[in-house]
Amino acid sequence: MRVPDLTLPPLFASVVSRLPATPPNLALVTLLNQLLKRGVLPADMSLLAGRHFAVDVLDAGLRLRFGADDNGFVLDDGHAEPDLRFAANASDLARMMLREEDPDTLFFNRKLTIEGDTELGLIVKNLLDSVDWSETPLARFMAA
Amino acid sequence: MSTLPELVCPAGSLPALKTAIDHGADAVYMGLKNETNARNFAGLNFDEKSAAAGIRYAHDKGRKVLMAINTFAQGVDISRWQRAVDQAADLGVDAVILADIGLMDYACRRHPRLRLHMSVQGSATNYEAVNLARERFGVVRAVLPRVLTVDQVRHVIEHTDVEIEVFGFGSLCVMVEGRCLLSSYATGESPNTHGVCSPAKFVRWEQEGAATASRLNGILIDRYGAGEAAGYPTLCKGRFDVEGDTYYALEEPTSLNVLEVLPSLLEIGVAAIKVEGRQRSPAYVAQVTQTLRAALDEAARNPQRFSVKPAWQAALAKVAEGQQQTLGAYSRPWK
Ligand code: SF4
Repeated sequence: MRVPDLTLPPLFASVVSRLPATPPNLALVTLLNQLLKRGVLPADMSLLAGRHFAVDVLDAGLRLRFGADDNGFVLDDGHAEPDLRFAANASDLARMMLREEDPDTLFFNRKLTIEGDTELGLIVKNLLDSVDWSETPLARFMAA
Repeated sequence: MSTLPELVCPAGSLPALKTAIDHGADAVYMGLKNETNARNFAGLNFDEKSAAAGIRYAHDKGRKVLMAINTFAQGVDISRWQRAVDQAADLGVDAVILADIGLMDYACRRHPRLRLHMSVQGSATNYEAVNLARERFGVVRAVLPRVLTVDQVRHVIEHTDVEIEVFGFGSLCVMVEGRCLLSSYATGESPNTHGVCSPAKFVRWEQEGAATASRLNGILIDRYGAGEAAGYPTLCKGRFDVEGDTYYALEEPTSLNVLEVLPSLLEIGVAAIKVEGRQRSPAYVAQVTQTLRAALDEAARNPQRFSVKPAWQAALAKVAEGQQQTLGAYSRPWK
């Protein structure tokens, strides 16, 4: 499965459509905590606690904000300046998440903006890379 | 015509390791989560548990795992490096990749059955150095720095029994590996001492209008215009003002790509071809591994009529740093 250019990919669309009333931030935080609890996301929360994150989906005009504490991910009131901000179009974010595209490649091509604390950025990037999707039902969506 | 070289691919994480194996790597190389290896990046690399899982995965499929312990043991306490060698032996890796000769000495005394590879950081560029390492420590393979022409690599191979591994693809480190002092100059840390060339805590990316600027410990490395491809924030790939001219004074951001000379490398008998990039994601590992696998198999089938397929070049070009590729030192017509 390749993510087509310029359209929101089916995975996202189907998840979003099943969560009509759920604010995206809560959905994201809930998803992250689920992955954390099941051990899919091998996050060392001590490295992330107290930090604020923003993900901007540029073409969708969507700004996701969340934070972290020692136990997991939390909703963020959005007042604090994010320590780390990722920004890209939906299709490029999807390609990155589904491992069709390497974040460094997107970054070199200027399709992905990473701003803020560089070390935190590296921690998050490497965390995403270390998720073993083959252990989850999502495996079939990943690039072969 | 000798046997096909081993394809050695990078694994910065367990998914990257599995991806490399699934896409045709004969061996993967990995490191522990500390300064004992030259890609000591936050969140990257293996702990004991993921290392064991990775080794099991590879061995089940008949592939090899090499552990890089390729920084230089620092200061009074070198136990961390020695412990890494012990761990590697206990985990059952197929070889360790070492740079520090003190550590090679330790490894060959303590674990006589552990295969030793000499890291590129060991900076052995001639057969005398390679043979000495074999004589003293029983080194069975050496990774040559990316500074030799194909003819020079052939010269080394002709004068040693040690297997010779060369780089096939990846970001270029322009200095004679293991001897670069640029990042030490900027940050006090270097690949050889701390396992990273541009430590993240010293790197700042800043938006300056439409441009993005990268700084290493305050030193402006480069400023990329809106559509311009960026590179890693290493000093060697910065643009500097030299007597009124601003340009890549040391090296352009570029990736090494040996596809063009693959038949020559096979012909001279390199034992292994290595892919750079433990800091890259599984997506990169997949794309590069499957491309080199296809090219190697094709070169083996048809060495006389081998030609580089445009699709391979396109796949590699996409993931190359700075989106440029070079044969690097392999081809130096002016030498
Ligand atoms: S500054 Fe450049 S040449 Fe020096 S170690 Fe880093 S990548 Fe290699």
